[in-house]
Amino acid sequence: MTILTPLPDNTQPTDHPPTSNWRKYFSFSHDHKVIGIQYLVTSFLFYLIGGALAAAVRTELATPASDVVSPELYNSLFTLHGTVMIFLWIVPATAGFINYLVPLMIGARDMAFPRLNALAFWIIPPAGVLLMASFFVTGGAAGAGWTSYPPLSTMSPKAGELIWILSVLLLGSSSILGAVNFVVTIWKMRHPKMGWNDMPLVCWASLATGVLILLSTPVLAGALILLSFDLIVGTAFFNPTGGGDPIVYQHMFWFYSHPAVYIMILPVFGMISEIIPVHARKPIFGYRAIAYSSLAICFLGLIVWAHHMFTSGTPPWLRMFFMFATMVIAVPTGIKVFSWVATLWGGKLNLNSALFFAMGFVSMFVIGGISGVMLAAVPFDIHVHDTYFVVAHFHYVLFGGSVFGIYAGVYHWFPKMTGRMMNETLGKIHFALTFIGFNLTFLPMHKLGLDGMNRRIAEYDPKYATINMICTIGTYLLAVSTFPFLINAVWSWIKGEKALANPWKGLTLEWSTSSPPPEENFEEEPVILCHPYAYGKRPQVAPPSNLDAGATSLST
Amino acid sequence: MKIPSQIATLLAGILLTLLSLWYGYNHHLLPIAASAEADLIDDLFNVMMTIGTGIFILVQGSLLWVIFRYRRKPDDDSDAKYIHGNIPLEIVWTAIPAMVVLALSIYSFDIYEQMGGLNPMDHGSHLASAHDATHHDMTLADSVPRSEPGAAIAAPLAALPESTTALADATVGATTTAVPTPAPSATQDSVVINVNGLQFAWLFNYEGTEITAGELHVPVGRDVRLNISAMDVLHAFWVPEFRVKQDAIPGRTVSLRFLPTKVGEYPVICAELCGAYHGVMKTKVVVEPEEAFQAWLTSQQVASRPEQDPPMQQAIALHPAHLSDADYLAPYAQKLGITVEHIQSIQAMQQMPESNL
Repeated sequence: MTILTPLPDNTQPTDHPPTSNWRKYFSFSHDHKVIGIQYLVTSFLFYLIGGALAAAVRTELATPASDVVSPELYNSLFTLHGTVMIFLWIVPATAGFINYLVPLMIGARDMAFPRLNALAFWIIPPAGVLLMASFFVTGGAAGAGWTSYPPLSTMSPKAGELIWILSVLLLGSSSILGAVNFVVTIWKMRHPKMGWNDMPLVCWASLATGVLILLSTPVLAGALILLSFDLIVGTAFFNPTGGGDPIVYQHMFWFYSHPAVYIMILPVFGMISEIIPVHARKPIFGYRAIAYSSLAICFLGLIVWAHHMFTSGTPPWLRMFFMFATMVIAVPTGIKVFSWVATLWGGKLNLNSALFFAMGFVSMFVIGGISGVMLAAVPFDIHVHDTYFVVAHFHYVLFGGSVFGIYAGVYHWFPKMTGRMMNETLGKIHFALTFIGFNLTFLPMHKLGLDGMNRRIAEYDPKYATINMICTIGTYLLAVSTFPFLINAVWSWIKGEKALANPWKGLTLEWSTSSPPPEENFEEEPVILCHPYAYGKRPQVAPPSNLDAGATSLST
Repeated sequence: MKIPSQIATLLAGILLTLLSLWYGYNHHLLPIAASAEADLIDDLFNVMMTIGTGIFILVQGSLLWVIFRYRRKPDDDSDAKYIHGNIPLEIVWTAIPAMVVLALSIYSFDIYEQMGGLNPMDHGSHLASAHDATHHDMTLADSVPRSEPGAAIAAPLAALPESTTALADATVGATTTAVPTPAPSATQDSVVINVNGLQFAWLFNYEGTEITAGELHVPVGRDVRLNISAMDVLHAFWVPEFRVKQDAIPGRTVSLRFLPTKVGEYPVICAELCGAYHGVMKTKVVVEPEEAFQAWLTSQQVASRPEQDPPMQQAIALHPAHLSDADYLAPYAQKLGITVEHIQSIQAMQQMPESNL
């Protein structure tokens, strides 16, 4: 698959195309690049809101007594924190990356359904605003946890709970619309010369993500619609008084919400698989193993949901099945982790913010993975279910995993998206603060959970006061850590150093066009020179004068 | 004289193993183990902690190593070596985790079985609800849903076989009738206790007696069986020192058994979000020698009154969240043989930080 062709000129920064004014980001644009950035910026705003909610929760937990907010408000705070972070931050942010990157990487002009894409995005802001507004309705926002288990959720103040259901339904619909687009785009819009095994790994991960969303999200919609009937019409789907069963809701809910964690982490796996080889100047180790393990995770992710219900009404034989299925997921994820480490091993590491965050991701994700395997073991899970051990576990995989990965992605693709470079010093400060703050916040929580502190409580036994104080300090450090990033992103976008078309000398197609790419992505038909990860193997190029700095000479 | 790399690797491996084993068995992360199940679970946790520590050191060590060993030299613009895979190595690192998780699954399965999670217990009692006459072997947590329409959310108050209970329900507000549930037959050596969770307290009714208490007393060294149910929302019965937890589900009775082995007082915590005061839904379990336990039973027997009142028929068509705990509990109070003051005293007790918890 080698074609003689000139590489793009990587010596001069390209001027911003005239269309790049800020108004387009507030329009119903069909351009996948605009939509991708809309997704990213919107979700980041919600990330700040979710972080503020988290800071409020941790402030309450700084002392054993319930003395900062009322217990009802406290429940609303952590409920909305979870909902915002999942449905309005990680899912849309990863969707934003997929939207931006996939068409560029497969050499397409746009997504398969551009209007649908715009619609999928524009559902999000109203749904988010609606969710936030629920704090101001009678009875306050939903307070039954992000899981919203009945009967508690059907007994909560109705308005807040109903708004919560509506908002999550809208966000789920947006997610489904986006997923249709991902799958069709990857399936149908690839460059004619790009076979399945020539796709960048982000595409594999996006495909797996899209399939997961399509298979599982409708079930959540079903669960929430039934729940809303129970709430407002007085049906008894989940109400034992009328012959319903609250456990049915848990099954339906987790049938989506377990795959949801893979929906949140798979795109990030793809991004990390992209970032590490570029900055290590080495091919990704075990391309096919990483690509197919995404599909394996997609399949296995659908058959483990009941591990969230080991202490609930799950029969023993079923517990054993779900224990085994959950344990097995450690194998494909382990393959990925080892492949990343092997990719770094023997590389020539360009230690910048993007790579630091990518390595931080691997490091943190492994801790979350270890505690995940522990939680899969039924006897142990019976002890720590619904405790801070679980809180620590999922923050390690979702914050230490997804959020670190998203940051890595921002540092890596910012030049492509904006045509400007980010400031490295601020980036490293951001990484250091985030890494320390994160570990300070969540590492001690393992101990809390094992020792007997349960989740979702506003007041706790005074013997946990010291550790909780440490966690709270860590939270404030995390809050502070967002400032260098914000300053960096905003300032660089406006005033940053102009970026070249290919500042990292990457080999995937998005680097073969200007930064930022023109309206239709490529000035001329993109040409695939080599496998996307052929670092260290010289791509065949024609006139040496137009060489990418990474390619040294003609090889035959 | 350089040490050959194979020997260096071997030494590193031995060191890694020793470190993992040391930490796996000296992490001091768990509270004391006060039940037979706790010992089993702690063994499992220590094994997982050992493996986890090994993986942790291996991966984090590799990451730190590459940062220092493989950083790009400032003047070096070339790519690294073109290595894109190594099939034998990939097979190894797929097979080893696969075997590890398989072994862990089998080991967990074995522990679970030893905890009585799978097999019918020796005395093979059954739990059968009035409607659901299917034979159920008792397991660690065996739940029998009563799925008929109209089945009540009510504790199987075996002490009150004729009871009917109205349940406050936010949505329907209908009167429902409790279904008397014959409780599992107690064996000679096990204590059977009906546990009822409600916002925001635990009620413990001793099988075959009129005793209903706000704290749990169990004799040391005897099998304890709890029949757990909930009146309003989901709760979860959890004693960290016993390492046992079971959700209390409205409309079902779920059984949980454990064997306390250490005398002492331990917290009983609600682990499932159950409303605004979920955090204070705590009481204690007192594990005491047989004589003390019997004495306590006797003292409770005197204190409680046999039920004289006709079955309560009124429905509370109010939102439970709008009621004070006392008002909410009033209809149940007589039935359960407790007073509002009793509940308040329990709650007051819970809110006092107790040094021994």
